[in-house]
Amino acid sequence: MTAIIDYGVGNLFSLVSSFRKIGEEAAVTADAETLLAADRIVLPGVGAFRDAAEKLEATGLVPVLREAAESGKPIMGICLGMQLLFEKSFEYGEYRGLGLLHGEIVPIAAHVKGLKVPHMGWNALRFAKPEHPLFRYIKEGDCVYFVHSYYAVGCEDSLLASAEYGTEITAAVGRGNVMGCQFHPEKSGDVGLSILRAFCEMKEGALC
Amino acid sequence: MITKRIIPCLDVRDGRVVKGINFEGLRTVSSPVDLARYYSDCGADELVFYDITASSDGRKLFTDILTETARNVFIPLTVGGGISSLDDFDRVLKCGADKVSVNSGAIRDPSLIGEAAKRYGDQCVVLSVDIKRVDGVFRVFAKGGRVNTGLEAIEWIRRGVGSGAGEVVVNSIDTDGVKGGFDLEMLDAVCSAVSVPVIASGGAGKIEDFIELFKTLPKVDAGLAASIFHFGEVKIADLKREMKAHGIPARI
Repeated sequence: MTAIIDYGVGNLFSLVSSFRKIGEEAAVTADAETLLAADRIVLPGVGAFRDAAEKLEATGLVPVLREAAESGKPIMGICLGMQLLFEKSFEYGEYRGLGLLHGEIVPIAAHVKGLKVPHMGWNALRFAKPEHPLFRYIKEGDCVYFVHSYYAVGCEDSLLASAEYGTEITAAVGRGNVMGCQFHPEKSGDVGLSILRAFCEMKEGALC
Repeated sequence: MITKRIIPCLDVRDGRVVKGINFEGLRTVSSPVDLARYYSDCGADELVFYDITASSDGRKLFTDILTETARNVFIPLTVGGGISSLDDFDRVLKCGADKVSVNSGAIRDPSLIGEAAKRYGDQCVVLSVDIKRVDGVFRVFAKGGRVNTGLEAIEWIRRGVGSGAGEVVVNSIDTDGVKGGFDLEMLDAVCSAVSVPVIASGGAGKIEDFIELFKTLPKVDAGLAASIFHFGEVKIADLKREMKAHGIPARI
């Protein structure tokens, strides 16, 4: 069972539907025991970093998430959920993230001139670690759907894939069992579903 | 590089897809859920569901269809038609829509754009504008293109984006249904005025019209059409291949 953390951020309808589509049971939950019992955890999120970080903190689930991360349970942050995995964000100030991955979140606009922000639409993946199990069913150049105005930098040690948008936009990250996608796999057609399928096939502890 | 998006628009009334020619003469095509799945399989980058239902029964039918589509189709879904309050945003977002497009609702109450952007984020709010030349001036039309609001279109779009609209759909009434190509002059004017993604709508009749659009106006992010896709006059897979052959970034 895949537990999708419910902390009042964003719409989880498509995410739940996408797991169901690949035949995977998904529970939207804010219950610590359900999270710890799950085979894997998804941290979703849209909106502003500070608001999301505060809401996540308010659920009291942060220690649970840390425990799950340490135990080797596969964890995937999606979009803002991925950004929360990092050390800090500079979205309208400076805010601390979970620090499960090294790096920080900065505005795209500060690094890319003359391109529209948000970076919205389908962009091709360029693999940094082609052999990563998350990419088992997809190939380099496959397109995924992005909607974001901030992106992760200083995360060379966890970079799995990037997308070209005036600069190298961090697209997917992973260190051991803690992974993240800046794009929306649940909105990326068959490519996205294939990534979720690969994620669901990962076994606890196998990536440590 | 980000790809240029191809977006089929499905006008839905009483649970069926229809397409107006110059906004009149509605004609039934097929089941929205089936069409959505078909388009997703063909390579559509996004779908727009436009609710042209008047009755509340039809509205329920529409959200049922939306839910069923979002359960089966995993590309971005934009919903428009009859959106005039935050409750309307809520209603369709809960059913699986990713973006909501406002048109007449925003003309009646311009604060809707800002309020929705604050609650759901700029990326969620699409400003759709029906524009027609009147005495050489681009004017905003309301109620499905029937009523001249007197608003100057470029100024209206600038205001909308300033309030938080994250994307603009420019529908040229002058070229809609004519199939002679997109309204490049109008689109150029809009692209020069705002820095958010601009979606071209109205006028596409063949593959070459899309090529001309993206070649002439590289600032345009997406092309939207309805009947030419529904009736198979343009196949999305062929269109994408042609785009790529012309050096236009496309998702295949």
